[in-house]
Amino acid sequence: MSREQLLATTFVELADTLGDDFDVVDFLQNLAERSAEILGADAAAIILADQRGALRVIATTSHAARDLELQALATAEGPCLDAFHSGEDVVNVPRTEGLRRWPRFLSAAEDLGYPSVHAVPLRLRSERLGAITLLYAAITELTDDDRALARALTAVATVGLLQERTPRQREVLADQLQAALSLRVVVEQAKGVVAEWAELEIEEAFALMRAFAREHARSLGAVATDVIEGRLAVGDLLPPERPTT
Amino acid sequence: MTPVGRILMSLMDEAGSDLTLPELLCRSAKRELDAVAVGLAVMAPDSTSELVAASDQSAHELEVLQLTLGEGPCVEAFRTGRLVQLAELGAGEQRWPAYSAHLLERGVGAVFAFPLRIGGIRLGALDVYRTRAGALDDDDLSLALHFVDAAVVVLLHLQDPALRDTLGDRRLDDAVDGFTTHPEVHQATGMVSVQAVVSLHDALLLLRAHAYVADRSIIEVARDVVARRIDFR
Repeated sequence: MSREQLLATTFVELADTLGDDFDVVDFLQNLAERSAEILGADAAAIILADQRGALRVIATTSHAARDLELQALATAEGPCLDAFHSGEDVVNVPRTEGLRRWPRFLSAAEDLGYPSVHAVPLRLRSERLGAITLLYAAITELTDDDRALARALTAVATVGLLQERTPRQREVLADQLQAALSLRVVVEQAKGVVAEWAELEIEEAFALMRAFAREHARSLGAVATDVIEGRLAVGDLLPPERPTT
Repeated sequence: MTPVGRILMSLMDEAGSDLTLPELLCRSAKRELDAVAVGLAVMAPDSTSELVAASDQSAHELEVLQLTLGEGPCVEAFRTGRLVQLAELGAGEQRWPAYSAHLLERGVGAVFAFPLRIGGIRLGALDVYRTRAGALDDDDLSLALHFVDAAVVVLLHLQDPALRDTLGDRRLDDAVDGFTTHPEVHQATGMVSVQAVVSLHDALLLLRAHAYVADRSIIEVARDVVARRIDFR
């Protein structure tokens, strides 16, 4: 798929948020994966305000990205937090300035193999939802085009989350975000169940559920829910064994 | 201290009276959320009620009524795991006609029912009844969610015989922290449920009990489970 095709597909996906089967976790996971793909990042992570006055890591494309964002929230420093609080892009920050602003975050990012880190807020006018972090394995400056693209992706996603939900907009969003946070926990619980049954590492269990969800065109949250409620046996997730010849 | 920690500490300060922790929590929530009543229903997986706590007698009646009728926001919040909001209660409410009539009679203008859950572990629901109609504003919603998190911690404590009499400071913050920001706790819960052949709910209680007995944080124990250094088989 060319970048233009990928972009077009992504915008359609991100605009489709009004269906009955809309799933916030999948939506944000998709945003993270597509953003990384389109902007050439090696990993991406999204933090979201949880309506309790705190931020949570809601979607990540790798364990390292998740650990980094958890650390950012725990130490209250990092580009994602600056982007969220200021409502502005935090991109192309020189290393010396980065080390001054987020000494622990940037050192950890470099240790994990991501020397370049950029963040863009998820916001619509005064409504601040969260931020996305883009992680690069090589030193990478975002071009003006990249920045415009990153802003467009986050803008479409934010509008998608908030759109046409008035007058019950706040109520519905509150419910959806709470459900998303709970579903996030369900996914973690299901990872544990699958890992133990199939004798896999947590990361492998996650990959297995994700592959199954994609193959059956279902949301990750729905698959995880079926796993923990016993409607889906772990054996059904495993790909059929190839006959040995 | 986190807002949830603050709520729990204030409950502990009041403990020792005739009121149970869930009752104290309902009273505190009622005061702080400008509610006319706050109720808490602990439910069994089949939606039957096991225990009801309430801020006062009228809240108690409202909770029992819902469970008797088998309809209402609390029952719905528990069943679906979703936040149920009736911000403008009026005559002719379609969803729960019988229950709504009772609410209007008592001058209730809005009801908000919050599911008490930790992912797939469903514990019950917290109901906030207000006289005036209208959605919760951001501050009230945030505060209500803190009470929801506190209620989850309180219920888990009550279900755990080893911990029932204690809500020590360190464990308290640990408990709050563990459920919100550490995925390892949830992953370990899933793993332990398979190892010990128990529900997720019981698996979480096993994890907590192990941490308590070993005098370690649940997060450390969870990491050991995920790394397969501890096994509950």
